[in-house]
Amino acid sequence: MIRGEQLSKVFGEVQAVRPLDIHIPPRAVTAIMGGSGSGKTTLLRLLAGLERPTTGHVWFAGEDLTAISERRLFALREQMGMVFQYSALLNSLNVYDNVAFPLHEHTDLPERVIRRMVAMKLEQVGLRGFEHLMPSELSGGMAKRVAFARAMAMDPAVVFFDEPTSGLDPISAGVITELIRDTADTVQMTAVVVTHDVAAGLAIADHVILMWQGEVIARGTPAEIRASDDARVRQFIEGRPDGPIPFSRSTTPYAQSLLEEA
Amino acid sequence: MTGSGLVRILGALGRFCIQGVHAMGDGAVLTMRALGHTLRRPWQGRHVVLQLHALGVGSLAIIVVTGAFTGMVLALQGYYTLAKFGSESLLGAGVALSIIRELGPVLGAFMVIGRAGSAITAEIGIMRVTEQLDALRMMAVNPLARILLPRILATMIALPLLVAVFDVVGIAAGYLVGVDLLGVNAGAYVAEMTAKISNHDLNGGWVKALVFGFLIGAICTFMGYRAEPTTEGVARATTRAVVVASVSVLVMDYILTSFFL
Repeated sequence: MIRGEQLSKVFGEVQAVRPLDIHIPPRAVTAIMGGSGSGKTTLLRLLAGLERPTTGHVWFAGEDLTAISERRLFALREQMGMVFQYSALLNSLNVYDNVAFPLHEHTDLPERVIRRMVAMKLEQVGLRGFEHLMPSELSGGMAKRVAFARAMAMDPAVVFFDEPTSGLDPISAGVITELIRDTADTVQMTAVVVTHDVAAGLAIADHVILMWQGEVIARGTPAEIRASDDARVRQFIEGRPDGPIPFSRSTTPYAQSLLEEA
Repeated sequence: MTGSGLVRILGALGRFCIQGVHAMGDGAVLTMRALGHTLRRPWQGRHVVLQLHALGVGSLAIIVVTGAFTGMVLALQGYYTLAKFGSESLLGAGVALSIIRELGPVLGAFMVIGRAGSAITAEIGIMRVTEQLDALRMMAVNPLARILLPRILATMIALPLLVAVFDVVGIAAGYLVGVDLLGVNAGAYVAEMTAKISNHDLNGGWVKALVFGFLIGAICTFMGYRAEPTTEGVARATTRAVVVASVSVLVMDYILTSFFL
């Protein structure tokens, strides 16, 4: 479905993603997991064509996203959806207009048909009847669900999820997680989920890619990841502070910097 | 001053100039790319009208107030000066020419920068911070066409219309002060005004308003679109947009005035 070849991204002096190959299989949920700053969101944006890679290529539906024209990229995006970390609902539009937005933009459907489609999508996420609310009137969980409905409005072939459960209470996080899994099963959607939530990632994914410092350190099914004896993988999935993945990002010992100051 | 101090100053000046030229080039390319969508489907007409309403109608009250007080103070100052030469009858021509040729377009532009330009930058900057621009891209909607283009076209259309309102209100307010308050002959006031104002003066005012509108739209949308995606970044971009747009209006005013003299 989506393939990345020798993908890398450098921001200034920071190597966010080191050259890597990645394959997102169709009609499956792929979780890209890793700690904060491991490069997983950057990788997601590269796969979605939102960032230009420093090196490498991204193949989607047989076309290289890094080589096609802007117009063609926008045409291909009609087959994509994305749920952003902070929902990214359009502030000036209410829930109905947010979900109907892609339908208004890319179809000539009569308004009564769009109204029914929006009602179906909102029913799917449990928010039918909240069409009139503005984004500022929604809780974090509700905004995520509206963003999910909007991403699904055009029934895309692939949906990208950037930290779909971050900042949510356990119930809302559980609802979103189930929603992704159920929808993927029902409509045979390809989903790419970026998360640092180990439980959610391993629960919903068919495939897991684990990243650290811009590199892929493990990939496989959730069962394979759970059974991995790689010390970095074990530290991440067990959430232990001590191990090969250091808590501190400082490059010099604190004692040394104190002595230098003195 | 030491040699190294001079080198540091020259280095900083060089960096400032390079960054300025780079930003101008980047802004010009971005604006041209946005304007390139003018005649391309999907049409953005509805969004231009919505922006025109937000920018134009929203700025109308401040334009009327500014125009009125500008006309009134011009009449007071003009009368004071002209009375020294016994030429009070020229007051109408002086007030009208000053407003139509210079103060209408420039002060109108400043009011639109303060009222609408800063709002454009802040709105686009916030859309960037909250990933709304990326969300538009992912919904296969080009933000250059949907967000930037309508705002640039709306300021280009709105400013000449607002300047026309400014001119009319300013001249009317000048008349009230000159004729009703200071006692200048009404016939002389209007006759001198209509005799001294030519189409050339009016055209100069329109062209200035159109160019200033384009500059304001282009600069304020660019600053918002390229704002650093943080709350501080949006605040800095908004301040910079107001300063750069105001200075650009003054520089362009000099260039156009020398052209239309």
